[in-house]
Amino acid sequence: MPDYDVCDLPGIVARWGNDPANLVQILRNVQESCGTIPSDTLDRLARLLDVPRVRIEATASFYSFFHAESHGAYEILFSDNVIDRMAGKAELKQYLCERLWLEPRKLSEDGLVFVDDTADIGLADQAPAMLINGFAVPSLDKSRIDLVAELIRARKPLAEWPPMLFEIPDNIRKAGPLAGEPFTPGSALKAALARGAEATLAEVDASNLRGRGGAGFKTATKWASCRKAEGEAHYVVCNADEGEPGTFKDRVLLNSYADLVFEGMAVCARVIGARQGFLYLRGEYRNLLEKLEGVLARRRAAGLLGKNILGEPGFDFDIEIHLGAGAYICGEESALIESLEGKPGKPRNRPPYPDTCGYRNQPTVVNNVETFACAARIAERGGAGFAALGTPQSAGSKLISVSGDCRRPGIYEVPFGVSVRQILIDCGAEDAHAVQVSGPSGTCISFREFDRRIAFEDLPTAGAFMVFSRSRDMFEVARNFTHFFAHESCGFCTPCRVGTSLLRNTMDKLAAGKGSAYDMNEMKHIMHILRGMAHCGLGHTAANPVVQTMEKFPDAYEKRLKRLDFEPAFDLDGALATARLITGRDDEWAHLADD
Amino acid sequence: MTKTFRLDGREIPFKEGQTIIEAAAAAGVYIPHLCHHPEFKPHGSCKLCTVNIGGRLGAACTNHAAEGMAVESETEALNADRRALTQMLFVEGNHFCPSCEKSGNCQLQAVAYHLGMMTPHFPHFYPARDIDASHPDVLLERNRCILCELCVRASRDADGKNVFGIGGRGIRARLIVNSASGRLAETNMSVTDRAAEVCPTGAIIRKRHGFTVPIGQRLYDHHDIATQLPLPARRGEGRGEG
Repeated sequence: MPDYDVCDLPGIVARWGNDPANLVQILRNVQESCGTIPSDTLDRLARLLDVPRVRIEATASFYSFFHAESHGAYEILFSDNVIDRMAGKAELKQYLCERLWLEPRKLSEDGLVFVDDTADIGLADQAPAMLINGFAVPSLDKSRIDLVAELIRARKPLAEWPPMLFEIPDNIRKAGPLAGEPFTPGSALKAALARGAEATLAEVDASNLRGRGGAGFKTATKWASCRKAEGEAHYVVCNADEGEPGTFKDRVLLNSYADLVFEGMAVCARVIGARQGFLYLRGEYRNLLEKLEGVLARRRAAGLLGKNILGEPGFDFDIEIHLGAGAYICGEESALIESLEGKPGKPRNRPPYPDTCGYRNQPTVVNNVETFACAARIAERGGAGFAALGTPQSAGSKLISVSGDCRRPGIYEVPFGVSVRQILIDCGAEDAHAVQVSGPSGTCISFREFDRRIAFEDLPTAGAFMVFSRSRDMFEVARNFTHFFAHESCGFCTPCRVGTSLLRNTMDKLAAGKGSAYDMNEMKHIMHILRGMAHCGLGHTAANPVVQTMEKFPDAYEKRLKRLDFEPAFDLDGALATARLITGRDDEWAHLADD
Repeated sequence: MTKTFRLDGREIPFKEGQTIIEAAAAAGVYIPHLCHHPEFKPHGSCKLCTVNIGGRLGAACTNHAAEGMAVESETEALNADRRALTQMLFVEGNHFCPSCEKSGNCQLQAVAYHLGMMTPHFPHFYPARDIDASHPDVLLERNRCILCELCVRASRDADGKNVFGIGGRGIRARLIVNSASGRLAETNMSVTDRAAEVCPTGAIIRKRHGFTVPIGQRLYDHHDIATQLPLPARRGEGRGEG
């Protein structure tokens, strides 16, 4: 874990090959060793890397985890998904602030602690959770907060904290071919080498594997196109930027089945002819970094990575891990590539797609963690067996990340085609009223639709499955999601940059009891603009939670509407507050009549 | 034989590699836009030029023309959505046209007129944005910035300087400059730079040239922006200043 106030800038830059494309990694190292990225560091980096300062500042100011001002020796970020809130996050945060005598978002008087919120950190099965100096602490309760407060007051370095605070169980409740069945490292590669690249691609094709990130593009088609594309080099990128609130399956795969994932990447490299691969790991999974580096080292030692893999002359392939820095948008494949190139994570104009023009404008396959794990199994066991599981359009199994109001949150590996009801029975959610499938950008379904199926042809999903009981307020669920999207919009295109903030503000207006039917129509109007005109999937889907809950749980909205026609967002009486303060009056006549 | 595609029922010839908006402009057909400029790399951020390409919506400035393609642009539905986007640009910044030196030459204002925008419609954000008057010849008025990145592209690609960039994320995105102090005066910006004249709004203004042409006699005071095609590449004439 990091030492503070030690920042060897030339050393960090040299470690990353003096390459501006590694700027996000360089900034991460600076942030981790210095605690901040001060303004003069940007100038020094500009000189060391020989790029304009303005480009470094653009990247440094884009990512949530980078900051120029000090966050003290202990930066505590509470995961702020609605699941964390339901588990008592707000109360625990308040409790910690009281214990430490500080205010959120404000460095403590002694310059020691900073407490704030952050987007979902991939621990919805162990909510509420937090990051401390980037390291995840799950399953918070008062006694754990007491312990954290004590350790901070004793100024104990993070490295000396009890390891049990950072222990994160996998919570695999239902195992399958990916999570649970044993895998011998090298077995998939051996089979792929014996079969040959062409025939391996044919197996992936026969398996009908579709991308597990949610969009469901056929993997073999992507690989074949990339294999065919001409370029100076081909690249394999594993998208482990699992930022969709409520999803945590990649955390589990990488924690316990990393060999499967890395082997899938190597199989892909063999098929498309790549020598370099990247694992883009979300910053929130910082705690997995050393473990994953260890797996890579072990694989290199075993001849499963590096030069002449498994003795095959010319089969050279290695994997480098890049960490994200707090930007949900980097889960979008072209934004991820921008981030890998050291830039702000803004989605590119497409076409061209990454399969022909990706990392450094070269042919690149970007697949989800789970997709590569599936690919390894397919290379090992053949495509037919894989296709036999699931439905004709959705082959194989799917890892579902279950959280919220149920007795057994965790990972469920289910065959595609399983009904929502079945998962609810398995996880012990007797009182389920609604399920958010595939996170805020997915689909909200009500209790009337529990017979719908998890499959690309019905409910496509990247894996999130958040359960809400009858006692939950679906308006507040949607409001939490609008805050999430407004926070995570990259700001590139007009509709998303402005539209997501307008949606958030309108939901806040309703929450303050100032909403009307006019606002409801306005939100539908904004959804129409986002869906049609936004630059990428984030914008296209950002209004889904609002519009779907409006449609399926109208009561949650109607009870908040002040009038049915129009209510201004501007609070005239509130605007007089300054005048009241100046005149020292707060009597009845100093207020506008409330009709 | 020249290749063509259909734009609102009209055959538009195009050369291989041309975008829809370029081919349309060459044929004298206007598609509303703000971040597009024929001299600079396509950007596709304002989304005003969104057209219907065979049933799918896409930006005319980043999608290439293709043989036989059917494109719709001048429909009531698309113009209504473009009007909403223009309104979004107005409310996210602080645009006070009557006191703005760019009024009458401003493309944001002109597009709003063209689309029949009568009100800002959405609640104003009233953001607190900085004005940078440090440079002797150029004023940076961030209240009027619409984040089109034309100055970013012009400075990088035409001037070879990298004076501008976009910092921050989401609604907090902002125009930043290439200096440690964050002030324009400490950059190598020059008033003769392409970046000094390419701004479609009044965010980048030449100092000491205020109101040389009276309001009421300016470019878009008498001509709809749609009739101003193709965009002149003239420097320092009419378009860039008042």
